[in-house]
Amino acid sequence: MQRGVAASGSLPASGSLSASGSVAARLSPAASGSLAPPGATPAVQLTEVSKLYGKGRSSVLALDKVSLTVAPGEFVCLIGASGCGKSTMLALVAGLDAPTGGIVSTGGQRVTLMFQEPALFPWLTATRNVELALRARGVPKQERRGRAAELLRAVHLGDFGDKRPHELSGGMRQRVAMARALAQDVDVLLMDEPFGALDAMTRDLLHDELERICDERGLTVLFVTHNVREAARLGDRVILLSSRPGRVIEEITVDVRHPRRMDSPEIAELAGHMTDRLRKEMASHGA
Amino acid sequence: MAHDTSAGTAPDPLAGLDALELAPQPGRDFLRRGTSGRALGSVWPKLLALALVVGIWEILWLVHIKPAVIFPGPGTTLPNLWQQMQHGLLWQAIGTTLQRAVIGFGVAVLIGTLVGAVVSRIKPLRAAVGSLITALQTMPSIAWFPFAIIFFGLTTQAIVFVMVLGAAPSIANGLIAGVDYTPPLLLRAGKTMGLRGVALYRHLILPASLPSFVAGLKQGWAFAWRSLMAGELLVIIAGTSSIGVLLSTDQQQLDMPSAESIMIVILVLGIVVDSLFGAADRAIRRRRGLADPALAR
Repeated sequence: MQRGVAASGSLPASGSLSASGSVAARLSPAASGSLAPPGATPAVQLTEVSKLYGKGRSSVLALDKVSLTVAPGEFVCLIGASGCGKSTMLALVAGLDAPTGGIVSTGGQRVTLMFQEPALFPWLTATRNVELALRARGVPKQERRGRAAELLRAVHLGDFGDKRPHELSGGMRQRVAMARALAQDVDVLLMDEPFGALDAMTRDLLHDELERICDERGLTVLFVTHNVREAARLGDRVILLSSRPGRVIEEITVDVRHPRRMDSPEIAELAGHMTDRLRKEMASHGA
Repeated sequence: MAHDTSAGTAPDPLAGLDALELAPQPGRDFLRRGTSGRALGSVWPKLLALALVVGIWEILWLVHIKPAVIFPGPGTTLPNLWQQMQHGLLWQAIGTTLQRAVIGFGVAVLIGTLVGAVVSRIKPLRAAVGSLITALQTMPSIAWFPFAIIFFGLTTQAIVFVMVLGAAPSIANGLIAGVDYTPPLLLRAGKTMGLRGVALYRHLILPASLPSFVAGLKQGWAFAWRSLMAGELLVIIAGTSSIGVLLSTDQQQLDMPSAESIMIVILVLGIVVDSLFGAADRAIRRRRGLADPALAR
């Protein structure tokens, strides 16, 4: 078992940190193969990004000078207690919102966002939902049907194209949402607690599914969760965030070999470490 | 289920889980009924209601709350209705009235939809036109008739004008509410997908607002129908027979059985059109999985 846990004491007190530099320095030769070599163009880069909501006295600083670099093909999990600005970060990267300060760059890559709810259009069948994403992207009409069927097969829903969302289970809906995201031909997938509403058994299977799809397509993933085991199970790297304002307090390179299981001792140990660290952070707010 | 066989042979646990989750739930079986059973189930309360009304009517007639000429019972009125149905005059009147209904409601739909679309699109217009629409809705449509009769004379236009004023605000409101209450999550999904401008309206906002729009249409129809009846009683156009004209003539001739017959015709027409809107509403809900599970399954 190998894993690299960055000592929190070695981090700058301000909490801001250039993630890519420090990770590259800490990488052991046996580290996760999906990490791009240092120096490659990052898929996502946040430089000293701040986000302030509201004005004057009632304003809330959601993010405070967060810097983060995600390499192409890397799977990065963001974890923190409520108010750590995880969802804000994704909205900034997705371009749904603009930062108050700092620079968010995706280097012209195609980005899409998935939510905790599948957010499928309830009046359309699974196939039509996927086809609409293809259409929005300008795929010619005659190609759409075939492409949509192919994408649904990719998430193991080839037989369910003519079902409407309400006729599918929660896990299946989330997979249709995944097919729809893939239909947008993205390079970067931003996921905001996508499995948070699912039962544990379904979630475990979808972890395998997500991992397979990301490997096949070389997707870069920024995955928000508040489940430490899920973060350790999926991430090449896990970023721990403080709350109000959101700052990077620690980042952990997960060197556990694939395939991983959520109930394996390595994952449990890593998850325990993260829980301790997050509890310490939360305790600082109670004082 | 067609998927059961493939799921049974596939070694993939995900496919197995899918099959299990989509399998019929044994506990819900008692809620299932055949199509014929459901149709029968929805018909008998209506028959009961009808029997109740006729029964009360018959009792009131039997106790002679008024002389039989002034308050005839079902035994006199129903044969009268049957007799009127044998003559062309009633059908001609129904034809005229329904034609006006279609024209008036059609114009109201056109104007209401247009106004609703523009107002929901342009934010500054919202407050101004919004309160105007609400003000229009509080105005009883019958109060418009003196104005309409002076302005248009005793013409069909006068009736259609009042119908449109009654119905269009409801239709516009339905559309505006639908656009306003498009789920924000779907809007975010649509935007991340790259839907913009017209495409966003066509593929997301309009379909999302359809249930609210249909509810507005239904309410608009109720207003239009009331305005039409009021209009036909007030705006008597020489040489044309309409349901309102028949009813008004019966009143002048103190012909209560005929008047009651016409009232039954009005009631039936209203119920038929209303059930059409109800059916459209249910179809939309079923498609979106919003229907009452006891009825949908």
